[in-house]
Amino acid sequence: MPVVNMIQALNDALRIEMRRDPRVVLLGEDVGKLGGVFRVTLDLQKEFGGDRVIDTPLAEAGIIGSAIGMALYGLRPVPEIQFADFIFPAYDQIINELAKYRYRSGGEYSCPVTIRTPVGGGIRGGHYHSQSPEALFIHPTGLKVVIPSNPYDAKGMLLSAIRDEDPVLFMEPKRIYRAAKGEVPEGDYTVPLGKAAIVREGNDVTILSYGAMLHTAMEAADVIEKEDNTQAEVIDLRSLLPLDRETILESVKRTGRVVVVHEAPRNCGFGAELVALITEKVFLHLQAPPMRVTGFDTPFPYTLEHEYLPDVGRIRDAVKQVMNY
Amino acid sequence: MALELMQVISEKGLVNHKQEPSISDQDLLKLYRTMVLTRQFDDRMMKLQRQGRIGFYLQSLGEEAAHIGAAFALQPQDWIYPSYREPGAAFLRGFPLTKYVSQLIGNANDPIQGRQMPVHFSYREGNFTSVSSPVGTQIPQAVGTAWAAKLLKDPVVVLAFFGEGATSEGDFHVGLNFAGVFKTPAILFCRNNHYAISVPLERQTASESIAIKAKAYGITGVRVDGNDVLAVVKATREAAERGRKGDGATLIEAVTYRRGAHSSSDDPRMYRTDQEVENQTLLDPIARFRKYLEGKKLWNSQSDAELEEEVKSQIIAAVEAAEKFGNPPIESMFEDVFAELTPELKDQQEYLLDHRKRYPRTSEVK
Repeated sequence: MPVVNMIQALNDALRIEMRRDPRVVLLGEDVGKLGGVFRVTLDLQKEFGGDRVIDTPLAEAGIIGSAIGMALYGLRPVPEIQFADFIFPAYDQIINELAKYRYRSGGEYSCPVTIRTPVGGGIRGGHYHSQSPEALFIHPTGLKVVIPSNPYDAKGMLLSAIRDEDPVLFMEPKRIYRAAKGEVPEGDYTVPLGKAAIVREGNDVTILSYGAMLHTAMEAADVIEKEDNTQAEVIDLRSLLPLDRETILESVKRTGRVVVVHEAPRNCGFGAELVALITEKVFLHLQAPPMRVTGFDTPFPYTLEHEYLPDVGRIRDAVKQVMNY
Repeated sequence: MALELMQVISEKGLVNHKQEPSISDQDLLKLYRTMVLTRQFDDRMMKLQRQGRIGFYLQSLGEEAAHIGAAFALQPQDWIYPSYREPGAAFLRGFPLTKYVSQLIGNANDPIQGRQMPVHFSYREGNFTSVSSPVGTQIPQAVGTAWAAKLLKDPVVVLAFFGEGATSEGDFHVGLNFAGVFKTPAILFCRNNHYAISVPLERQTASESIAIKAKAYGITGVRVDGNDVLAVVKATREAAERGRKGDGATLIEAVTYRRGAHSSSDDPRMYRTDQEVENQTLLDPIARFRKYLEGKKLWNSQSDAELEEEVKSQIIAAVEAAEKFGNPPIESMFEDVFAELTPELKDQQEYLLDHRKRYPRTSEVK
């Protein structure tokens, strides 16, 4: 199997689906000739033409609004928002329109739009090129929200997302776009939305993470094993809505200890939901209060971004605390 | 240069035969009938709201020519994106009155199961999309649908209704800009009724007109007398033809007046005089169209009385039929959030059903 990075895997998924399904169109800023600022749509306009890989005016609400109109008519639009930080002009279209269309029309209409958008920091992008706003799209309901952490999942989940009957916010952790490499089958395959993956087995503590932070969590798990003789089980959530509660709860029942790691701010972050879920459902299995290792409740900083982002040391420290509680 | 106001029937009822659109006698009567039905329906629903039988209503009084004329000019395969003051457009396409009254009540016969407040209906069969409260969001969506039809080479045009208040929203700019750049077969139909709740036109724009704004987007702009149904039909037909021929989008400004309150919750005396409204009543679109039909010997006072009666009993029957239904079932609240219930929603649905079994409501909540 060829070894590719996330960008190549995503590009491959888009090409496969565009060849398979003539209803699929891509639209966004710079997605055509340039192939996207991260090159995820590279060369697709060459193969499928300007009517299916569409460079749009610079207007997020227009990109999402018109994608909704296309989807209602029967197309499968895959709009790109260049950075998740720029998604907010389209927030009304996403939250009040896209995410509610099926419900408010009593199922008369559906809106199968997959919004692709790069998220996360660690690329020296400052506040406007680094945020992780996933919680803002989970809370209002009606959207599936997923974040792959490796090329295999990226390809398989993107194919699932485009084929899904519901709108999906497909978040791409940009810090590992090129850094995360792995074997990816050449043909068509899917990874279901709503299934977490146990990426490292262990019986002492459960670490829940997703996206770029999954890699930091894995590094931490190695250090913790070597240095602290603690076996961490690491779960890659992959899909935040729908959430694979079963895998999470089964693991925590076994380990009795849990640390949640994400780079989004702590206050009302997705970690809060995970911790609440765990305490509600498996309280008596817990040996220690769950801990969160997250970004801080500040705007995303530029120079000090590596202080802001959770790192191996902070994860290790949290694990120590739950182990020694 | 200022855009001329397109007119076929003048305020005094004089017909400009050069501008008269070709419409069969039967269709003229259908158009008139729908306008009368809509006015009576609106009137009846405002009364039901006052009696507490429906929770809220938005009437289209005085704007019947604008929205029904526009819908009439389209083909059945064409799509309509409503704002929230165009019930006649749906009636013209066959939206059953009983379904609509059921939606206004929010009962089990409501196609959307009481999920939205009154007037926010959806009518897929009539290529009529779902009404949403946020103003102007339908404009880029309509442009997207028109764009999709163009990509698929379908002979479909898409019309979006909105008020002049919506032209202040970013989505208006965004939608018109996309419509111009991608030359989509869209008709952006502005019912300029001069009020966005209490805020008058002068507070929405300093532009000499709404229609003139089309120029900046590279699309056609047309200004039409929105109280003259034949002028509206003509302007919309021409816009549809432009769209179908590949000549792109049109912004139509139908100049009309919102004679009623914004909604059943509004009190227009706080911001305008009765005299102002009285002056507008003289421009009534239904009276003007009736004169035209009478001039063609298609109509007389007796047929009017008969139609009034017929429409009235139709509305009464629809209300009676709709009021027989109870609330939608509790489980329906959780459906259609997604194509399938997520495990969380399934849990919450089961929880509520179980809770309600253990703690029945002591009184019926309306």
